[in-house]
Amino acid sequence: MKPAQVAIRGAAESRIGAVPGVSEIELRVEAAHLALADAGLDLSDVDGITSASSSPIEVAHYMGITPRWYDGTSVGGCSFLVHVRHAAAAIAAGQCETVLVLHGESGRSHVGKPPRAMGADSIARQFEGPYGVSSPFNMFTLPVLRFLKDRGMSTDALAEVVVAQSKWSEGNPRASRNKLVTIDDVKASPMIAYPFHKMECCVATDGGGALVITSAARAEDGPRPPVYLLGSGEASDSPVVSMMDDLTTSKGFRNSSKDAFEEAGITTGDVDHLMIYDAFAHLPLYGLGDLGFVAHEDAADFIAEGNTSPGGKLPMNTNGGGLRYTHSGMYGMFAIQESVRQLRNEAFRQVDDVELSVVQGVGGMFTAASTLVLANRKP
Amino acid sequence: MSTKTDKPIPKATASTQPYWDGTARGELWIQRSKNTGNYVFYPRSQSPYGIDDELEWVQSSGKGTLDSYVISERPAPGFEPPYAIAIVKLEEGVRMLSNIVGVEPTPENLVLDMPLQVEFEQRGDMSIPVFRPTGDAK
Repeated sequence: MKPAQVAIRGAAESRIGAVPGVSEIELRVEAAHLALADAGLDLSDVDGITSASSSPIEVAHYMGITPRWYDGTSVGGCSFLVHVRHAAAAIAAGQCETVLVLHGESGRSHVGKPPRAMGADSIARQFEGPYGVSSPFNMFTLPVLRFLKDRGMSTDALAEVVVAQSKWSEGNPRASRNKLVTIDDVKASPMIAYPFHKMECCVATDGGGALVITSAARAEDGPRPPVYLLGSGEASDSPVVSMMDDLTTSKGFRNSSKDAFEEAGITTGDVDHLMIYDAFAHLPLYGLGDLGFVAHEDAADFIAEGNTSPGGKLPMNTNGGGLRYTHSGMYGMFAIQESVRQLRNEAFRQVDDVELSVVQGVGGMFTAASTLVLANRKP
Repeated sequence: MSTKTDKPIPKATASTQPYWDGTARGELWIQRSKNTGNYVFYPRSQSPYGIDDELEWVQSSGKGTLDSYVISERPAPGFEPPYAIAIVKLEEGVRMLSNIVGVEPTPENLVLDMPLQVEFEQRGDMSIPVFRPTGDAK
């Protein structure tokens, strides 16, 4: 696909935080209506739809949309980045014109949430399940001590990530954790799974978000500035965290970002703004190295020196991330939303002169990954 | 022998049965690629090293090292916190998930790369491989 054939014409988030009494499908539809209004379009303009964790048919029918293209790729929290990529290919191929990529998840209140059941004879339940892995907080976190040891870092590197991101979410009324914190604050929060304290784990919230994807030409007719997709990638690693290729680097991060950067024709030096999916505080440390911004060994110092903080040369996770802003369980949509806000110059804590933003997603622990290169200008 | 437990009990499939038959005998059996000699874990019916390749079952030494871990501070069915969930690197080179037993789960006691030896925990009708430090850990 040639770069910038496809753009985001509309983007919006639903109510987020604690939204009790609202089901997952209702959060999706709420976000979708807001995104369509943002795009200046109506339901009748939509001919493509995506969904993760439940069927795209279900949400299309609920909304009154009859799609001629749909995608139900469900690979965890980066599914929505993958959907943008797939939608772009479908639009470029002429299979549809206007796609709703939508997300809504009752990750805190658990209303209308489908169960994540797996058979006792599945690979995960036979070879990881017997050992008390109950949740991402004690699965996604498993590789980190090896990463820290081999990369020569202390566990304080995790707290540094939280401190830097708290500077972005400070005072944001939509952020679930919006106070500035210090290393001592982070280390004083309860231990969840050594070496991870509570503040080094994402906040569990309800919330939704939606994007309206269409051809670049059609996006330029909209009421809001178009955000062009310059490049994208998708990748995979192991379905079980103990058998990922290498505990000290994410094959998914490396492969998806390589494809996205190559398609966009960019290098790390071109990037003005970066979102790295941070379900837990180690992920930005992996991501900065795996995407090639710094050597892995230097990632913690790079953050501690303020390079990713407000005023730094590589603003990162500028909504506060999943650690500070919101994390419904599948966070990828919210990372894209912040990237769009920065590129449209409407973020809560706006970075000056953002032209090119990279969003790095991950899903299913280190199972899946996807990368988007977005810009408010054509290449 | 069958023991009662609240901990999760896995269920074998035909292709993983030799693994669980091994653990029931107090042995750890893993697979190896006939063409490449590479060890393979988790058990599977087809080789990931080519369509003309076959996997053979071989007995592991049961020796490994502590590759990474967390100490979970929240309860899970059958598990009272704190408990150690560990990634163990077997002598044969493959990694597997397990628990560390025989030592209080503290960062001081759980030192990366410390030597471990497999043993087996009876759970219902299944025997689950877990690992015990073999060095001079406290």
